Amino acid sequence: MTRSRLFWGTIAPLAAILNSLLLVYLILKFRGVDPIEMFKLMASYGFDPRNLVSELNQTVAYYMAGVAAAIGFKMLLFNIGIDGQYRMGAFFGGVVGAAVNLPPILHVVVIIITAMLAGGLWAAIAGYLKVKRGVNEVISNIMLNFIAAAIIAFLLSPSLLGILPEGSQTLQTREIPASGRMPTIKAFEGEIYTFFFIALVVGVAYWVMLNKTVFGFNLRATGLSFRAARASGVNAPRMIFITTVLSGAIAGLVGIGTLLSDTHSYSMAFPAGYAFTGLSLALLGRNHPIGIFFAAFLWSFLERSAPVLEFEGVPPEIVIVMQGTIVLSIVVAYEVVARINLRQQQRAVGSVNVESPVAKEAN
Amino acid sequence: MSEKLKKPTEPTGKVKSLFKSPARITLMVALVFFVISIVENITGAIDISSPGTSGATLRFAIPLLMAGLGGLWAERAGVINIGLEGMMIVGTWTAAWFGYLHGPYVGILAAAFFGLASGFFHAFLTVKVGIDQAVSGLAINLIAAGAARYLSGIFFPPVGGDRTVSPPVDTLPVFTIPFVADFFKSIDDKNIFFVSNIAGLIYGVTTELSIVTVGLLLMLPLTSWILWKSKFGLRMRFSGENPMAAESLGINVYRTRYIAISVSGMLASLGGAYLALVASSVYREGQTAGRGFIGLATVIFGNWRPGGVFAGSVLFGFTDALRVRQNESVIAILFAAAIIAGLLALYYAVSRRWKPMAISGLIALFGFWLNQKVETIPQEFVTVFPNFATLIVLTFLAQRLTPPAMAGMPYRRGSE
Repeated sequence: MTRSRLFWGTIAPLAAILNSLLLVYLILKFRGVDPIEMFKLMASYGFDPRNLVSELNQTVAYYMAGVAAAIGFKMLLFNIGIDGQYRMGAFFGGVVGAAVNLPPILHVVVIIITAMLAGGLWAAIAGYLKVKRGVNEVISNIMLNFIAAAIIAFLLSPSLLGILPEGSQTLQTREIPASGRMPTIKAFEGEIYTFFFIALVVGVAYWVMLNKTVFGFNLRATGLSFRAARASGVNAPRMIFITTVLSGAIAGLVGIGTLLSDTHSYSMAFPAGYAFTGLSLALLGRNHPIGIFFAAFLWSFLERSAPVLEFEGVPPEIVIVMQGTIVLSIVVAYEVVARINLRQQQRAVGSVNVESPVAKEAN
Repeated sequence: MSEKLKKPTEPTGKVKSLFKSPARITLMVALVFFVISIVENITGAIDISSPGTSGATLRFAIPLLMAGLGGLWAERAGVINIGLEGMMIVGTWTAAWFGYLHGPYVGILAAAFFGLASGFFHAFLTVKVGIDQAVSGLAINLIAAGAARYLSGIFFPPVGGDRTVSPPVDTLPVFTIPFVADFFKSIDDKNIFFVSNIAGLIYGVTTELSIVTVGLLLMLPLTSWILWKSKFGLRMRFSGENPMAAESLGINVYRTRYIAISVSGMLASLGGAYLALVASSVYREGQTAGRGFIGLATVIFGNWRPGGVFAGSVLFGFTDALRVRQNESVIAILFAAAIIAGLLALYYAVSRRWKPMAISGLIALFGFWLNQKVETIPQEFVTVFPNFATLIVLTFLAQRLTPPAMAGMPYRRGSE
């Protein structure tokens, strides 16, 4: 049973990726370029050590988003608010980091905790609305994403928390002093963020929490059946709320690697769209910490190696289509597999019934 | 601002006595407008009811209305369509490209067709395959945005466009309703208090109308008729409320949903076509700017009713128009809202309903205080007013909302 689950769990993502590769193959063929040549080009560019470093850094950010989404998924929560939570985390992390003056390690710790708090509190709004008011978290989170972006855009105005550096068009927060920055590891002419290790810790903690603690057991139980969990004494609404906040706290860490090791300030140039990426990665990685890591790497690999297509006259946005197709293929594959399993179970039960004496008499 | 929400959208609950009949609603709207006229005279924010603003409101409201009606069609049939944004992108791109090739009318037809196709795709994934409706919708958003950018990069540069902007499309004809527009224009010019304000508003929406505007506006009564008066509408609502019971009564829920979601995609796509061909004359990357999501918001805001969706899109279109034209006027609206809240408080005091009186009184005080405190409302907040308003409605009026019972729930034929 478990072996077949593992089999289907790996085969489905691979099938999804192959499916979308096939689609991209056809699109490129239609464009009149050699698809295989393009794939080779992307691979050689993407696996270039210098690019691998920046891919790894991006993977870490995506990984956080993926884990945040996965925690929600375990509770059947669709945390599309990761975008707003990540913004809140990175922004307030940047603001607090620049405002306080602390000894080196403590400073970083304070920033990270601030980011988690900001992300978690922002997610708490959606959690509260879901638990107390019965508001669908997808709708409330979509609205909250827009509101978060507006609040931050407002707070970034120079009269409030933001500054406009000379010669720059982008508003940003004040710079975090050296004590609040995280070192980088030099490798292949690039710099790996040490936030990587914190991401590893988060991944392990996620796995341990889910599989080895009572809390994780309750969480999974509530996700599998709200009523059953409630009947066995789990405070299910409270679990939903805590899970939402936890997911938001992890989402608050998405931008921290860039913030502490690269830009040292939050600016309007921080990218958007982490929410759907995170959800995609959790789906592709089957909510498993290692699966999500591979998915996150795939995503950042595709994005970093796509610009090379530009030189061949292929707009690099083709990878966005590819990512969307992967997600659709994977959920379709899961759905189909689930249906096949269900049918097999039904058939198994049915054949037992036919062989039973009662059924024979009836015949 | 939240007290404005109570105005047209809820026929149930305590406020019911206030908005019982169409005559009452008209009276209330007139009253609101009267207050706005007063505020205009006091604050000198003359742009609130100028013909320019009402015209712009209409232009901003139409795409929201189309997205909102699209959302309504899908949700009434029981499927949430988060892909509205992507379907709008489909509309902007196909309208601009086919409009450039074969003229704007073909552009609109193409947008309708490809919108229908994208809606059908969403229907196939959610109804037939049965995947999560939110995943399907979000994936459609992503794929549509990516595909539009990819195709723009290939098709537009060789023909005088840009990687992000299409070549210009021929504009569609506009017309002014004869006599009516002139008549109201003459009254508007006379500057009579209140009367001229209303005349100005009517003049604004009757002059230089695009025929597409009129055509798309007709979708509102059409939707209303189909939903509430036709056999198909009954089946559609039944599929959204209780698909199992519907199936047992012989309704083909799958087919009904297929049709409804396809139409949903078509409407959203037509909203996109309006953005590309009427509101401007090119496709531009990011042109939809989250309007699909605001359309989703108008569905909730409008309590899953066509009239409510219309009211929501006009309100959101109005704030959008004010933001673009004269952001200072927004504070005057806040002032007007405070006065209206104060009047409501008075009404409740007379009818001895103390709790609503206290709430609206507090809102009024807060509005007046804010009006004294701040010079302008930052543009960022005006932009997210629709999102904020929807969140407030969901938070405080959730009990009075009547969404289709099974909207968003997975349904498989023959299973429970």
